[in-house]
Amino acid sequence: MRGITKRYPGVVANDHIDLDLQPGEIHALLGENGAGKTTLMNILYGLAVPDEGEILIDGKPVNIAGPSDAIARGIEMVHQHFMLIPVLSVAENVVLGEETMANPVFLDKSEARRRIRDLAGKFGFELDPDAKIESLSVGAQQRVEILKTLYRNAQILVLDEPTAVLTPGETEEIFTLLRNLAKDGRSIIFISHKLTEVLEIADRITVIRRGKVIGQRRPSETTEEELAELMVGRAVLLTVERGESHPGEVRLKVEGLHVKDDRGNEIVRGVDLEIHGGEIVGIAGVAGNGQDELVEALVGLRRVAAGRIHLGGRDITGVSPRAINEANVGYVPADRHRFGLILAFPLTDNLVLTSYYKPPYAHGQLRDGRAIAAAARDKVRAYDVRTPSIDVAAQTLSGGNQQKLIVAREFEGDTTLLVLDQPTRGLDVGSIEFIHKRIIEKRDAGTAVLLVSAELDEVLELSDRIAVMYRGKLVAFLDGRTADKNDVGLLMATGGKVASADASGAAS
Amino acid sequence: MSRSERGASLVAGVLRATWALTAVPLFAFVLALIVGAIVIVLSSVLVLKNSFDATLPISAYLALAQGAFGSFNAIVSTLVLTTPLLLAGLGVAIGFRAGLFNIGAQGQFLMGAVGAVAAAVHFQQAPPIVAITAALMGGMIVGAFWGMVPGLLKAISGAHEVVTTIMMNYIALSALAWIVSGPLQQSGSVPPTTPSVGVAALPIVLGRTGHIGIFIAFIAVPLAWFLLFRTTRGFEIRAVGANPDAARYAGIKPRRLIVLTMSIAGLLAGLAGACTVLGISHQMNGTFSTTVGFDSITVALLGRSNPIGVMLAAILFGAMRAGAGPMQINAGVPVELVDVIQALILLFLIANVVFRRLLRLRGVRGSEQTGFETITKSYGREATV
Repeated sequence: MRGITKRYPGVVANDHIDLDLQPGEIHALLGENGAGKTTLMNILYGLAVPDEGEILIDGKPVNIAGPSDAIARGIEMVHQHFMLIPVLSVAENVVLGEETMANPVFLDKSEARRRIRDLAGKFGFELDPDAKIESLSVGAQQRVEILKTLYRNAQILVLDEPTAVLTPGETEEIFTLLRNLAKDGRSIIFISHKLTEVLEIADRITVIRRGKVIGQRRPSETTEEELAELMVGRAVLLTVERGESHPGEVRLKVEGLHVKDDRGNEIVRGVDLEIHGGEIVGIAGVAGNGQDELVEALVGLRRVAAGRIHLGGRDITGVSPRAINEANVGYVPADRHRFGLILAFPLTDNLVLTSYYKPPYAHGQLRDGRAIAAAARDKVRAYDVRTPSIDVAAQTLSGGNQQKLIVAREFEGDTTLLVLDQPTRGLDVGSIEFIHKRIIEKRDAGTAVLLVSAELDEVLELSDRIAVMYRGKLVAFLDGRTADKNDVGLLMATGGKVASADASGAAS
Repeated sequence: MSRSERGASLVAGVLRATWALTAVPLFAFVLALIVGAIVIVLSSVLVLKNSFDATLPISAYLALAQGAFGSFNAIVSTLVLTTPLLLAGLGVAIGFRAGLFNIGAQGQFLMGAVGAVAAAVHFQQAPPIVAITAALMGGMIVGAFWGMVPGLLKAISGAHEVVTTIMMNYIALSALAWIVSGPLQQSGSVPPTTPSVGVAALPIVLGRTGHIGIFIAFIAVPLAWFLLFRTTRGFEIRAVGANPDAARYAGIKPRRLIVLTMSIAGLLAGLAGACTVLGISHQMNGTFSTTVGFDSITVALLGRSNPIGVMLAAILFGAMRAGAGPMQINAGVPVELVDVIQALILLFLIANVVFRRLLRLRGVRGSEQTGFETITKSYGREATV
């Protein structure tokens, strides 16, 4: 790709970007949210047309007008959100759009199965072609996505944050697969925020900032710190200085809490928890062990089956989300598109989503547009939300800026309790640093903080105390400053009882 | 960026936004006219056995426009026919904003008319101002009740409003037949009709037919806009429509809001029914044939659930109704052509995905509910437009 430039109204997304990719190379593309990585890849895949510049394959300029052109030239993209049909089998998903027919009416499934087995065997992973997608783990689904591209004989693979949803073990498996693909002569563009992974997997790393190529490094000649600085444009603290905590009185007290999931199964099974003011308690656990349901019960979005929740001595079991909000509880939900934001609404409305009904934003039934706009301007400035205007819809912002929007709203004022579910999921290092600093500030101001995160490193870095959640129970409490990552990992996987039957049960 | 450049880009931005909002309705209308022209020519040749005349559509549309806007009386009759479409259309639009697909405007309209007649009959001895107020109130209350029932059913049991409002339409039809031939029958009337609304008839203030209901309808436009975009309740309605999960998180109670929104929708459709019976027909028979309730769904869609857009769409539909007669007389094209054009508009609106492709409009994920989204979501869960 040579001299690629793409302008959008008010912003240059790509500014004369040059990028070259060798056969058999894993090339990492690193940059903050909104740096222009996605735009660049959309141009390569034919989803966007560049204003200037050209794309050359094997030295020859090519015109890519749409994804079908890209696929015809062996360029394939694996999106962060999988494009699979859950009720169909692996084989059916893989051949979709590329069906081999036994006759004019029926698919040739046995041929498809054979080719899938061959490909999987060649690159050293196992996949049952007849398994339904919905029965597969996230890691296996990702392998299906990659297999799909191989089935169509991809020579250039673009992977957009492939590890964002994977467990450490699954990440290792994907890395092995990617290395095998590279050995086979295929080229891979690997987009990620995670510096350690980039250093581990990439042959070369290109850093993009604000639409420009800032630098290119080989993993052997660089460090995480240098890469982070290139990305953000200033020195970044990869681990925030958390300092001493000064826990006060018990702020949140949870006793014998039981909560059911959407299907009516008991998923939180007797949680006892105390959080003091000025203290961060982190919950570590493999996704799906009841963390999300616990959090939703705490903020009033999910019914409590049994047990009590006390906030500052007051029983708040079963009260409405608004009552909990009025008790100055801030909540950053795990799914920011579902709960955190109304994507179609402007930033102004989203910034007052939980306080739109009271002064100064409303007087009686009347909304005060001026006060809302003024508050929005303040928050956008204070939390460094990058946006062309406060009147654009929230969906036009990048993920990191959307998250800052939620944080700006929920961290506002004298919070007694902050409930943070995956507060930095999918964010770049600069945004993570920013949010981590705010969390520490909140703690030091005396707020009780409950932190749930799939990133074990995040839990270890921020928490004063760590609780390990396993199958609906908190099975262990550890000191956040002395806890060992491997010990916590083991507790997460086994719940403390190292029994092989148990471990395999949790993994399935 | 210099000041003039900024001004220019602001103007460009406003134009782009307006285009994004109006492009689809505009194209649906133009396409409907074109296909309607083909229908005119074909039916003239094939059915009426006339000789081929390529200018017939033009003379038909001219006669239509002439009949709708050609004179003071034409304009008044357009406004009279606009009135119920506008009121009921606003109700449907507010429902769309809350993510509700209210097909029950027809039943709410009919029951509103019944309520107005009942109140009018009851207040025959009262001074006109009291009788009129009571009759309008009667229409609004009964209409609101007819809308509230599906709202309650949805809030309590999750019953889909598309199903329940259709059922309420049938109940309204049967109830009307019974009421007219029973409790509210003018003694001795054959076929059965209700007594006249008498003193509760709306005063005529414009031309020969322009009753004050016209003003009520046009005052409702800024009120609906104000409700949706300037009050906290309107914010709640739009929030529930755009993202019910986030609305719940924000402390809004979606169930209560569904009941409220359906009641408001019913109230407006009921008011439309009241204005029609008090302003035009002055009594009801057992069939009281009208399609206002169904047309108002198309009006709301065409207006993209924006009160100002709904107003423009209602005027357009009112004009077509007003011009249909003159078109038949002066151009020999049957009045039913207007139904064809309305149906085509609806068809092309629903097919807006295709237009967006053709016009290169970017489909926005999770966009604010303007009707299309509500319909596609109602029928195909999370059908991304």
